[in-house]
Amino acid sequence: MEYFVQQLINGLTLGAVYGLIAIGYTMVYGIIGMINFAHGDIFMIGGFVSIITFMVLGVFGITWVPLALVCMLVMAMAFTGLHGWAVERIGYRALRNAPRLAPLISAIGMSIFLQNYVQLLQGARNKPLPPIISGGIELMTSSEGFTVKLGYMQIIIMVTTTVIMVGFTLMIARTPLGRQQRACEQDMKMARLLGVNVDRTISLTFIMGAALAAAAGLIWLLYYGIIDFYVGFLAGIKAFTAAVLGGIGSLPGAMVGGLLIGVIEVFYAGYFSSAYKDVAVFMILVLVLIFLPTGLIGRPDIEKV
Amino acid sequence: MAAIGAGAERQLSFGEMIRDAAAVALVALGLALPLVGFQTVDRGAGMILETRFGAMFYAVGVIFVGRFVLGLIDAGRGRPILAASGAFSAAWVLNAIFDVAPPIEHVTLGWLTWLVAMTIALRAWFVLRRGARPAGRDGTRAGALPAVWLERVGRLVVPAALTFAVVMPFLPFADQRLVDLGILVLTYTMLGWGLNVVVGLAGLLDLGYVAFYAVGAYSYALISINLGLNFWETLPFAGAVAAFFGVALGFPVLRLRGDYLAIVTLGFGEMIRLILLNWDDLSNGAKGIGDIPRPSFFGLQFTAAPREGVAAFHEYFDLDFSPIHRVIYLYYIILILALLTNWFTLRIRKLPIGRAWEALREDEIACRALGINPTTTKLTAFAIGATFGGFAGSFFATRQGFISPESFNFIESAIILAIVVLGGMGSQLGVVVASVVLIGGPEWFRDLGTFRMVAFGALMVAVMIWRPQGLLAHRDPTVRLPAAPGRPP
Repeated sequence: MEYFVQQLINGLTLGAVYGLIAIGYTMVYGIIGMINFAHGDIFMIGGFVSIITFMVLGVFGITWVPLALVCMLVMAMAFTGLHGWAVERIGYRALRNAPRLAPLISAIGMSIFLQNYVQLLQGARNKPLPPIISGGIELMTSSEGFTVKLGYMQIIIMVTTTVIMVGFTLMIARTPLGRQQRACEQDMKMARLLGVNVDRTISLTFIMGAALAAAAGLIWLLYYGIIDFYVGFLAGIKAFTAAVLGGIGSLPGAMVGGLLIGVIEVFYAGYFSSAYKDVAVFMILVLVLIFLPTGLIGRPDIEKV
Repeated sequence: MAAIGAGAERQLSFGEMIRDAAAVALVALGLALPLVGFQTVDRGAGMILETRFGAMFYAVGVIFVGRFVLGLIDAGRGRPILAASGAFSAAWVLNAIFDVAPPIEHVTLGWLTWLVAMTIALRAWFVLRRGARPAGRDGTRAGALPAVWLERVGRLVVPAALTFAVVMPFLPFADQRLVDLGILVLTYTMLGWGLNVVVGLAGLLDLGYVAFYAVGAYSYALISINLGLNFWETLPFAGAVAAFFGVALGFPVLRLRGDYLAIVTLGFGEMIRLILLNWDDLSNGAKGIGDIPRPSFFGLQFTAAPREGVAAFHEYFDLDFSPIHRVIYLYYIILILALLTNWFTLRIRKLPIGRAWEALREDEIACRALGINPTTTKLTAFAIGATFGGFAGSFFATRQGFISPESFNFIESAIILAIVVLGGMGSQLGVVVASVVLIGGPEWFRDLGTFRMVAFGALMVAVMIWRPQGLLAHRDPTVRLPAAPGRPP
């Protein structure tokens, strides 16, 4: 029981990361129907911007932890958002009416480019972050002496994720920007006729997705204390699995899917085999697509002649 | 002037051009600031931060100038700019070749400068050419030009390329490096042709093709080591195992459409790799399998000192021993295998099953209505594509003599798919051109290291934007009505 609770806590923390990345996939898929393959690498850039911001703050002597964290989050979201915008503007906009495969290939190229670009500029080695927050609350202790710990770091991660997701949901639901975004998602041509600036909305979608991925990158960096240029590939695929599991195109689905994938991965590693945990995630992807193609909260996709 | 600015865009004034270039430079500055401006340097256990503001501002400056000059081209000042930028980039290349004086210490920035100058020159050239032609055909020309060109030149190029491929190892300039490169290009050409069956003909986007390559390589290694069979005896088994995997992996996912299928096949590719990595008893895990038997020429070994009772190739033919004999032999094996793939594909396109693939690619619902069974049709495509992937994998295993899961990661699948799509889906010649460009080019510049992959990624994006339908997008109709008498064909 204690082991179970501990695994659940760890899984939810990891799931928060996947959920934040998955939103970017699901929004982009919803609005222009393409898999933004470079999104995992945008997440990786978010992590790199975070660690560089941290070191710059260190140079200026800002070491008060809450301020440093807020600075890292804001900087990561801003600069990564710019990267997301540039990726769409350079790589995808010209291909909006191209054959279906063209944007996907372009996205794969973008992904390869970003990975190697970061490797070229920042080196191939792991980038370690000194532990900023340590300690935690001991929730319960079993008779065998196994202690369930909820780290302060995990609390901060969960609170941050919740705040970001609530803010983001409100933005999509309440603001004019969110309304335009949803309108474009439903019918781009009609939205354009009604005066919505479609190009701008799509750009904003990419910026929002990238900013959320940047938050995920920061969380990853804080939680694992390490980042490298290759981290985006696997995390990206798992987050995509989360988006599919939740039902692609659905924002709450992406969040739920992310949490589920995180929990499943951690439980599989904890109870069965750590070596095959990635295989387990891919297996879920396959099973979901075969038996539940619309995902948990997705809308059915009707094929019309 | 009007003909040059043929687009609907309004001519920008000088001030607006400056403002536009400044905006682009500002974005570039924002992109460059965190990742170019600062560098994390490993120092002992921790890291220190170094700044590269000089390089950053230089890069941003180059982008500003470049954007401004692009604006000038669109405003009709193409001719002097073409001359200036062309001369500049030519001088740069000559300088690099003859190594006169490095204009900038920084290698990366030097390449960036050259790249911007080249882009400007190309753009100016295109704009001038467009201006010189009558306007009004802009939309159609982009796709039509290579098709016409292909039909005219194809008849000449194909036999010439084939002859070159056959005699290449015996040409005076062919050293071991070049023949090795030829082997690599042909391997990817074969993989491209194999994947073309799945992606180009049947229209099923497969991002996990490397799985079959891996299955072929591992089944070749395991069969030939454990059962002692030689290359040609093992090849059919390796192909059959790969085909079995093609069907087994294809069966559950064939109901999925396009992008979903892509991701699931990607997942399968990664699963196979992870299983090979972790199933130590079967695959020896990350350490890989070594000492895979080399192919022999009708029983003749390509070794300097063959085992007792086995003839060596150079002794039998009374030649001096040279390692290049084996390389050349491998070259011809892969040439034959690749041509076999191509010939098979060209023939099967004309069979009912080939026609069914292409029909399925165009419209699945219509196919079902016409009584084509989509499941078996797709499965055949998967199985045949996988078989060729398995053959190529066997060849890879025997060529390297050592395989490990490391060789079969996602990037390989991406490269093979890029070859198919960049070449122009369904175009057999396009695959050859794309694999020469994508594999031969970067491999020749292997010294550049990480630059190579940066350029590879950028090239994929650039080619897709320039020609979304692929380099040689030319879909030959499989069925052509005979020309009616009295009408020109």
